[in-house]
Amino acid sequence: MIADREKTEPGTIVERSWDPITRIVGNLGIYTKIDFGKREVVDCHSTSSLFRGYSIFMKGKDPRDAGFITSRICGICGDNHTTCSVYAQNMAYGIRMTPLAEHIFNLGEAAEYIFDHTIFQDNLVFVDFCEQIVKDTNPSLLAKAERTEAPHGSIHGYRTIADIMRAFNPFTGELYLQALKVSRTTREMFCLMEGRHVHPSTLYPGGTGTVATPQVFTDYLSRLLSVVDFVKKAVVMNDDVFDFFYQALPGYEEVGRRRILLGCWGAFQDAEACDYRYEHMSEWGRKMKVTPGVVIDGKLVTTDLVQINLGMRILLGSSYYQDWNSEEMFVERDPLGNAVDRRHPWNVTTLPKPQKRNFDDKYSWVMSPRWVNPDTGETVALDTGGGAFARLFATSLAGLVDTPYVKSTGSSVRITLPRSHVLPEQTFEWRPPQWSNALERDRARVYFVAYAAGMALHFVEEALKLVRTGYTKTFNDFAVPEEAIGCGFHEAVRGVLSHHLVIRDKKIANYQPWPPTCWNGNPRDSDGRLGPYEDAVKGMPLFEENGPDDFRGVDIMRAVRSFDPCLPCGVHMYLGNGKTLQRVHSPTLGVER
Amino acid sequence: MHYSPTPRFEEIHVLWISEGMSCDGDSVSLTNSGQPSIEDVVAGLIPGLPKVHLHNKVLDPSFGGDEFLKPFFQAANDQLGAPFILVIEGSIPNENINGDGYWTSFGNDPATGEPLTLNWWIDRLAPRAWAVLAAGTCATFGGIHAMAGNVTGCMGLNDYLGKSFFSAGGLPVVNVPGCPVQPENIMETIAWALAQAAGNAPIIPLDELGRPTWLFGKTVHEGCDRAAYYEQGDFAHDYNSPKCLVKTGCWGPVVNCNVTKRGWQSGIGGCPNVGGICIACTMPGFPDKVMPFMDQPSGASLSSMLIQPYGKLIRALRGITNHSLNEEPKWRHNRAQLTTGADPRWGNTRKQAQQ
Repeated sequence: MIADREKTEPGTIVERSWDPITRIVGNLGIYTKIDFGKREVVDCHSTSSLFRGYSIFMKGKDPRDAGFITSRICGICGDNHTTCSVYAQNMAYGIRMTPLAEHIFNLGEAAEYIFDHTIFQDNLVFVDFCEQIVKDTNPSLLAKAERTEAPHGSIHGYRTIADIMRAFNPFTGELYLQALKVSRTTREMFCLMEGRHVHPSTLYPGGTGTVATPQVFTDYLSRLLSVVDFVKKAVVMNDDVFDFFYQALPGYEEVGRRRILLGCWGAFQDAEACDYRYEHMSEWGRKMKVTPGVVIDGKLVTTDLVQINLGMRILLGSSYYQDWNSEEMFVERDPLGNAVDRRHPWNVTTLPKPQKRNFDDKYSWVMSPRWVNPDTGETVALDTGGGAFARLFATSLAGLVDTPYVKSTGSSVRITLPRSHVLPEQTFEWRPPQWSNALERDRARVYFVAYAAGMALHFVEEALKLVRTGYTKTFNDFAVPEEAIGCGFHEAVRGVLSHHLVIRDKKIANYQPWPPTCWNGNPRDSDGRLGPYEDAVKGMPLFEENGPDDFRGVDIMRAVRSFDPCLPCGVHMYLGNGKTLQRVHSPTLGVER
Repeated sequence: MHYSPTPRFEEIHVLWISEGMSCDGDSVSLTNSGQPSIEDVVAGLIPGLPKVHLHNKVLDPSFGGDEFLKPFFQAANDQLGAPFILVIEGSIPNENINGDGYWTSFGNDPATGEPLTLNWWIDRLAPRAWAVLAAGTCATFGGIHAMAGNVTGCMGLNDYLGKSFFSAGGLPVVNVPGCPVQPENIMETIAWALAQAAGNAPIIPLDELGRPTWLFGKTVHEGCDRAAYYEQGDFAHDYNSPKCLVKTGCWGPVVNCNVTKRGWQSGIGGCPNVGGICIACTMPGFPDKVMPFMDQPSGASLSSMLIQPYGKLIRALRGITNHSLNEEPKWRHNRAQLTTGADPRWGNTRKQAQQ
């Protein structure tokens, strides 16, 4: 091992990797090269080391099984897959769902957003911001936190920022323990609608088997009201912590920063508008209570699900698969007559080719989804900002959502939560920030918890209205057609989710689920574009006070976790021993942005 | 190293590897149990358990990599300094058919930098563990990723280790199936194993498939509040109905699982009791033997037909009795006469009473 002083000379590049990364779901490895002299990450590779082959073993199966099977893709947001699959199947079968069934789906998914964002933020992400970690990585920051009063202390009850950080300490901190309990209450809400967490039992194509009595909605509402104070406190507590980081560590906005390239596929169907017909998808997509949209450089490019669909491309490049360019084209034209690309999900054939990991060639089991901007023809590596960030961005700019508790203004999202046990009615406003970076992805998450709570209140009121007037039908029967295609668009907790389905002879001919971590956690594509984690980490500055020998990588961890990695859907970190790769005396560390 | 099945350990590590063919849903279930909760076990609040060091990727406070893998490497090299329970989540791929690559890995070989497969870890850790626990149906029996047509050739832990496997504590693999595992089932099993490790509980009772008997000894149907509809020959014909779901795909009558009794968490949710067909997700035959899920199980056509004559008759008779029970006895009235059958000395009409 070379001396510490030598390693911190500018131009000395040291390899650091974390594999597997903890406090995420799935297998993720992050491999970086760091210039400790410049305190900057000069390169990053993200790799996922798990292949299970859903698209392969689903071939030839009954399409009605797809919702049950695809739930098993993900152990924290499996229900998002079931829901998305039901959407795709409804389209293929030519059916719609009753308004009550739509409310039950929406209530289940709202509970999932509240649960999942809470446990991920408070029990997994915030460990990176807790007193124990900050003491180890940035002692002077902790000292400053001890001296800094929390602006919203009168609401959340913690006097200083350091008090909040102590509440984040794993397994002992007050907030950490409280969040686990809230995550269980909200999962109970989930189970009231979808039967079981995380693989639902009561969701079917055509509707639900949930017994739609007033009781089930009363039980849901009572639990929801019991967490409203927690949500209100969480929003302002998060603001206090993230604002402190900007103020205490000037330049922290560069951590995990990349160009604003965000995709959101929409969530919460409008019970009246959605007929699941592809021909009407542009219209009912815009009625969704989280607006689908693509945001490029801060501008909303589209809210049209048809355009979103047609722009999808699955690229290879660095992943362990063979190309499918000589395989069958399943869908040449969509139901509106638009041409469908060979690299579109409907036409992907999954051909795995396990091989040795080589960071100069193939190094991941995740393929690289991209989106083509129809206005410019540019192919972009969209990310989801961990889900909440892209949802709030698209919804705020679109100005289409107008519900009693949640409203889009065209430049912001306003969320009003009613009076609760301790706190009065409160309105929170989320405005698009100027950066797509780690802190803003994390901040958006807690605002979306409030958003989902507001929407849940609305949906439960609507559902109660229906059941109290005798409308209890939750399921519409259907027959599986000989041949059909379908697509479903939804927001998994951590971002965009689509399922593309092709039915032949009443069996699955092709089934392609494209979850958020494929979009976020992918490797370099065939044109050399970096995947979003790689892009966000490459070129980022480091603020950790430790030198190379006791370096822990907290800033890199914050950057990667801000995307809410969930790799069963689609990357491992390994802190290897420092190794001098090369000595570069003139900076050649250009960042491809 | 060999241990007693009922030792008196004061501390123990739980090495939990979720890098099988899994979705990490069993780790997420681990966080979902409040009865008991993982934080109470780790904090030492449950009487009779040893001090527990939990190493689980989803919850581990470390950043990952070497820091997280250290106890796993120590255990593989007999350097952990304390006994451990190995928990495996996810099915075990066949790495004999992986080309030049790997299906799933867990960390890297410090010497070569190459990925270490799950199988490499199991080979080293399972024989050294005081107990081995398979969490969820993927690890116990193969589950969804091992369905027909899969390319990874994956299997359950017992298929991989062989039927003759015993851990260093002399125990077979403890199998807690469920897709995902029911949160309280896994925590309760872990709590029993920990109490046993501390010498405060007898050997955990397991059936021939290694399942805790008190959890998997009954069928879904035996605990189902819709079973009464079955008995009365009264079946749901689509998912709008609160009646018995066997005709719409429920396998509850032949599936070993307690979800209908326990609910999904704190008594809330479940499967057929709340309108979800039982797809037999706890069973070795899952999923292939129960697909397509939404069709009536083959055996149910016979049993549901045989029950009809009895069920219809009993339902009709119960209808009569129910009607009767819905009427109050005729002596509950406000007329000027007592008709309850009592004969008070002051008389039972107003006139007599006034005299």
